[in-house]
Amino acid sequence: MNTLLTQNDTQRRDRMLTLGAAVIGLGLLFAFDSMFDRFTMQIFKLCAINVILALSLNLINGFTGLFSLGHAGFMAVGAYTCAILSMSPEQKEANFVLQPIMPVLLNVQMPFLPSLLIGGLLAGFIGWVLGVVTLRLRDDYLAIATLGFSEIIRVVLTNAQTITNGSLGLKGLPRFTTMWWAWGSAIVITLFLVLLIKSTYGRAFKSIRDNEIAAEAMGIDVLNMKVLSFTISSALAGIAGGLLAHYLTTIDPKQFIFLKTFDILLIVVLGGIGSITGSIVSAIVVTVLMEALRFLDGPLNLGFMVTNGIPGLRMVFFSALLMIVVIFRQQGLMGTAEFSWNSLARIGLLPKRGQKSGKGVE
Amino acid sequence: MDFQTFLQQFVNALSLGSLYALIAIGYTMVYGILRLINFAHGDVFMVGGYLAFFGISSFLIPWWLAFALAIVLTTAFGVGLERVAYRPLRDSPRISIMISAIGASFLIENLAIVLFDARPKAFPVAEFFAKNYVIGGVYVAGISLLIPIVTAVLLAVLLWIVNRTKTGMAMRAVSTDIDAARLMAIDVNRIVSITFAIGSALAAIGGIMWALKYPRLEPLMGIMPGLKCFIAAVVGGIGSIAGAVLGGLLLGMVELMTVAFLPELTGYKDAFAFILLIVVLLVKPTGLLGKNQGEKV
Amino acid sequence: MSSLLQTIDVNKKFGGLSAVTSLNMDVGAGDIIGLIGPNGAGKTTSFNLITGVYTPTSGKVIFNGQDITGMKPHAITHLGVARTFQNIRLFKEMSVLENVLVAQHMRMGANIFEATLRLPSYLKKEKHVHERAYALLEEVDLVEHAHAKATSLSYGKQRRLEIARALATEPKLLFLDEPAAGMNPQESVELMDFILKIRDQFNLTIVLIEHHMQLVMGVCKRMYVLDYGVTIAHGTPEEIQKDPKVIEAYLGVE
Repeated sequence: MNTLLTQNDTQRRDRMLTLGAAVIGLGLLFAFDSMFDRFTMQIFKLCAINVILALSLNLINGFTGLFSLGHAGFMAVGAYTCAILSMSPEQKEANFVLQPIMPVLLNVQMPFLPSLLIGGLLAGFIGWVLGVVTLRLRDDYLAIATLGFSEIIRVVLTNAQTITNGSLGLKGLPRFTTMWWAWGSAIVITLFLVLLIKSTYGRAFKSIRDNEIAAEAMGIDVLNMKVLSFTISSALAGIAGGLLAHYLTTIDPKQFIFLKTFDILLIVVLGGIGSITGSIVSAIVVTVLMEALRFLDGPLNLGFMVTNGIPGLRMVFFSALLMIVVIFRQQGLMGTAEFSWNSLARIGLLPKRGQKSGKGVE
Repeated sequence: MDFQTFLQQFVNALSLGSLYALIAIGYTMVYGILRLINFAHGDVFMVGGYLAFFGISSFLIPWWLAFALAIVLTTAFGVGLERVAYRPLRDSPRISIMISAIGASFLIENLAIVLFDARPKAFPVAEFFAKNYVIGGVYVAGISLLIPIVTAVLLAVLLWIVNRTKTGMAMRAVSTDIDAARLMAIDVNRIVSITFAIGSALAAIGGIMWALKYPRLEPLMGIMPGLKCFIAAVVGGIGSIAGAVLGGLLLGMVELMTVAFLPELTGYKDAFAFILLIVVLLVKPTGLLGKNQGEKV
Repeated sequence: MSSLLQTIDVNKKFGGLSAVTSLNMDVGAGDIIGLIGPNGAGKTTSFNLITGVYTPTSGKVIFNGQDITGMKPHAITHLGVARTFQNIRLFKEMSVLENVLVAQHMRMGANIFEATLRLPSYLKKEKHVHERAYALLEEVDLVEHAHAKATSLSYGKQRRLEIARALATEPKLLFLDEPAAGMNPQESVELMDFILKIRDQFNLTIVLIEHHMQLVMGVCKRMYVLDYGVTIAHGTPEEIQKDPKVIEAYLGVE
């Protein structure tokens, strides 16, 4: 019996393990911060941004069951808002060479946090409007309407010369997105989403995904819930966009073409549609792989022959991977399951938990 | 704007709209049968253009033979695409099939970048297509004149197939209820393959005509026309062939006429389709000629 | 007798086809009413019209003195109408417990901030709905499966879970759409006892659809017989049994 733990013990054990893992994680971040060169650091930051993007897309696609393809547009809104609000008037004047920036926007300058939040709020607001308009439609129309919306945003960004500097984009943004900002935001947002999904709202979202008609019959205001989920998802994408802008320090409308949404979709599908831990692991793995496989685009030495660089081979790999996963392992890495310490116990890495006992709040 | 200019724009719009219509039909037929947005349709269109290009430029065969071969090969490609990417998921949740379609589109585009090279290629246009004709004071390139005619002929053939042949009847049956059709001993896989064959052949013809009209090939050239034509199909009422034609023509008109009347909006041209889509869906969610299909409770 | 539910001349046409014609039902508080008829008679369509899934082409639905015609299903549920589905519609990827919890979402009245921040006010509500969910699962004998996936249950248990889930919405009026479908005779008889029990325990009014007339004779106070969307008879089980039109409709089919 001494290898079996009681419910309370396992709960305490899990809490200790989670705390321990968090401390180790933070320690590693700190170590990375001083150990690695800037290039490696950049990739770690990108991992964090992709975690936020994947989780926010998963909220709407995986947990609410709505197929939205508008993420690139919401990122763009967040990125541009955050950039314009946080740049200094001098930087703006230097950027807007074709036509001067609108006078109202010229002298606005805020610190990073409020700029980031306002970017998120604006993206959320636009998401809310779009949601109210399109979420009444059948599911696959939503995919095409959101995709269309994201293209509209891009066209507007390209043409609104006095606000966005058009296709020239914005250059020389302050490098605000440090390791701490990137991972700090990712951790806060992950925590928020975990709590949201575990709450009664999360259950309501999942019920819509599983059976919309039954959810409606159980008193769930389906339209309202969809709009809510879509708004939160858009706002988070906006925040990720702001982080991305100040990570790249250069943005232009072309970066937010809807193919960017596909990159995020790839992460979500590989990790498991409807799994938070799946999305996190997948975001990190895919981001690192995207960098690690860069050699595919360059000259290859295959032993018997040396090819000239084949740009695009890397993306062939990723798109083929997406196809293979969808056809042969639809549930991705995790399906709708989540990582738990108990799953480690099940494979013998930790002592086993005792019989489930008692009832009450889990 | 004088009448002459209007007429010129009208003819241009008619030509562009017919091309949209041709591609939109492929979307609408596949959607009608499988309830699937074939995201890769625009890429099939691109493949058609490239195959014709290689026929003429690399294999130096006459253009008409190159076109015929390109259409045949693209058709086979479209049918193969369905086999590999969609058939294994026929009974999966819709979201999986949609992701598979996106994945397929993504893969074809990236493969095209690797195989065809990302740099744009100039499509060789025979004199006959490029020559400008003047009809009643309106300038029309040979190809622009040809597009509406080709579309009209293909449409007539297609309507005949769907409404007058046994295969067409089976297609309509599968589209109404795939399970019931199976019970009626209709070979659903065969019908789906035929549908993809027709859709891909139309996409190939569309791709070739597009390349003749805008003689510049790029691996990502199918994305925008693909999206717009899907929108045309939805605007017209997805599942309806007449709707696809109406949607395509309407989209061509809206794009060119708006730019003609309000030149300052030229930069926003690519957004018109999406705005049209959202407006139509709000007013009539099933599209202009669409039928209502609710879920059975 | 005060009536809890009334349908006044409710019609539903799909295209040119009349699915339900002049449905006039009157259900008193505390009644168990049967809605019977052959396949395709319009029974489920009638349910859908009353619970808001479809909007009637014409006519009115009055619940508890309030006109609910054309209201959205969730709003009607809010007023105290719950239902089960003929072709079971559980939340597949969710646990048995979660299925019952989510049905209490609307009654919890928790806002998103207190729910996400897990404020004490929310934790109290959460504790309450868990206790209620377990009590309901106890009622339908599914407590031991609380953490299993809903779809891992056997067919009969899934039907019981659907009833528990409907009860969780705190209904006054409960619609059961072929609750005995797929059950063996023994289970069906037990089910009828169960229906009587929950009626008394939860103070319910129940309308149930059933295919087999004999089965519901014992529990129903009154019955409506539908054929091709038309109400061909209504009355007590004894009256129905003798009605020549009913015999004809049934003999034609079974």
